Amino acid sequence: MTERLDRRGFGLRLTAGLASLLLSGCGDEVSERPWVRHLLDKAEDMNYWLQRQLLPHHALAREYDEADLSPQFRANGSTDPEDEDYRRLAANDFADWRLEVAGLVERPQRFSLADLRTLPSRTQITRHDCVEGWSCIGKWTGTPLAALLQRVGVRPEARFVMFHCADTISVDRYYESIGLGDAFHPQTILAYDMNGAPLSVAHGAPLRVRVERQLGYKMAKYVMAIELVESFSHIGRGHGGFWEDRGYEWYAGI
Amino acid sequence: MGGLQSEARAGRRRSWILRHSAIVRVTHWINFLCLAVLLMSGLQIFNAHSALYWGQASDFPHPLLAMDARPDQQGALRGVTTVLGHDFDTTGVLGLSYVLGFGERERGFPAWATLPGMQWLAMGRRWHFFFAWIFIINGLVYLTSGLASGHFRRDLLPTGEQLRHIGGAIWDHLRLRFPKGEEARRYNVLQKLAYLAVVFLILPAIALAGMTMSPNLDSIAPQLVILFGGRQSARTIHFLLAAALVTFFLVHVLMVLLSGVWNNMRSMTSGWYRIEHTEDVDDRTA
Ligand code: HEM
Ligand code: HEM
Repeated sequence: MTERLDRRGFGLRLTAGLASLLLSGCGDEVSERPWVRHLLDKAEDMNYWLQRQLLPHHALAREYDEADLSPQFRANGSTDPEDEDYRRLAANDFADWRLEVAGLVERPQRFSLADLRTLPSRTQITRHDCVEGWSCIGKWTGTPLAALLQRVGVRPEARFVMFHCADTISVDRYYESIGLGDAFHPQTILAYDMNGAPLSVAHGAPLRVRVERQLGYKMAKYVMAIELVESFSHIGRGHGGFWEDRGYEWYAGI
Repeated sequence: MGGLQSEARAGRRRSWILRHSAIVRVTHWINFLCLAVLLMSGLQIFNAHSALYWGQASDFPHPLLAMDARPDQQGALRGVTTVLGHDFDTTGVLGLSYVLGFGERERGFPAWATLPGMQWLAMGRRWHFFFAWIFIINGLVYLTSGLASGHFRRDLLPTGEQLRHIGGAIWDHLRLRFPKGEEARRYNVLQKLAYLAVVFLILPAIALAGMTMSPNLDSIAPQLVILFGGRQSARTIHFLLAAALVTFFLVHVLMVLLSGVWNNMRSMTSGWYRIEHTEDVDDRTA
């Protein structure tokens, strides 16, 4: 008797189990339901919370030696922007390029490459981890973002640093954003040199961001303007970056 | 594995034991669900760059394992899996496979093995990290209760006598002879060793390797990366451990099927397990 009952109970459970497996087989449809997205998003909040709890604000990413440099550093995303404005700037070696720093700052300013090179600089050999799964080691030289922000003065309302870029992927301009904690991290630099030479177009000439404790898509290339904002919900599709607007995590620490 | 009920029936004696505690049963099935989702979403993530390397960085020309699609002499695309420099034609499954609504696609693992089915890295990552949390929390519940209740010591640690007779146990296993009577009350020695390896080695290591791939956690725990020999090594180890879990899973389920599927499954759901006493065992214990 007990056995019969148990068998039926077990049969039910097995069916339920199989049904849920089948469901995950059609994961595309399940993944497209908004409530599934919202539920799964909770993990992002937890990851962010945990990493913030664990992380001393200024823990440094490991720095490597010259010997560790990757012989072939992969370039991803845009590698040769076709945007007219960018083409024109590239044509005379970015002599006319200016980095505009604006938004919630005390003294909005424009910087040429020569200006940036006169500011303090930092060189670091770090590992670049792409969200796709590969890693490369490169040497970067640039202006610490903190030094630049100190020059322009950050207004107290500001919470995020936005990077507006020159490249368009399909229909949207690339852009990114980081929090002020990361912006003032000593290894967060605006790099103009890579492996001892001026940044190539494939790697983001004339200027790209390095945020060493996050994944590659945070490290915007072809930076044209920096804007300090209180919120980014009105920019792009409101998620803080080109890839974030396409479902990737804003805090790309894992 | 405790409680006991006996019933005598038509000359044969059976007794019922409560084989698995509720916590073991519940956490076992939650864990299974988590691993299924983690594996399939992991394969989705793998497909975003279907190659594995050793060390800190990716040595693109020399992957340990790679899956891609290449044209053959006639110009037709073939799926090729490269293992340590040797190429294998795996068209249809690895490297090149059919995706419903999209046709033949270059992709590492086929759509039926990944979550979501189509190429969608962002969503794969969301599934992976959500279920990683459930997996960790569920695992901690299982570990704490197993330590506190003495379950690990009592039921998973092989006895000295079991270890001494391991040769016989292997031989019995190979002939698919499973313990009967009193011996069936506890896990056999191979079962115990396999469970111990999964619970205390493979699962913690796969979680650690997963966390090692976080550039953020690396900055506070650089030891992690050193432990795994680099970030790309951690990715490779994470993958190999997933493969080890799949192997364990296949053998585990095969053994469940062969050694009395209803009895096993009843015991892992309701807790109750039936012991059949063979005549001679009865004579000795009666
Ligand atoms: C706490 C637990 C886990 C964490 C934190 C974790 C984390 C990660 C991360 C960060 C990646 C991305 C790697 C990349 O950038 O390519 C990844 C990939 C992957 N994960 Fe997990 N994971 C966990 C558990 C598991 C488990 C239990 C399985 C298998 C059942 C699994 C299977 C995979 C697979 C197959 C990949 C594809 C890339 C690779 O081969 O390493 N993961 N996981
Ligand atoms: C990868 C997935 C799985 C893992 C890692 C796993 C792991 C384990 C572990 C560690 C135990 C011992 C638990 C303890 O006593 O603390 C166990 C027992 C058991 N598992 Fe699984 N399991 C998995 C999937 C399954 C599946 C799919 C089935 C069903 C077909 C299953 C059926 C059982 C049964 C029946 C037992 C009890 C065995 C006995 O009483 O002798 N498991 N499993």
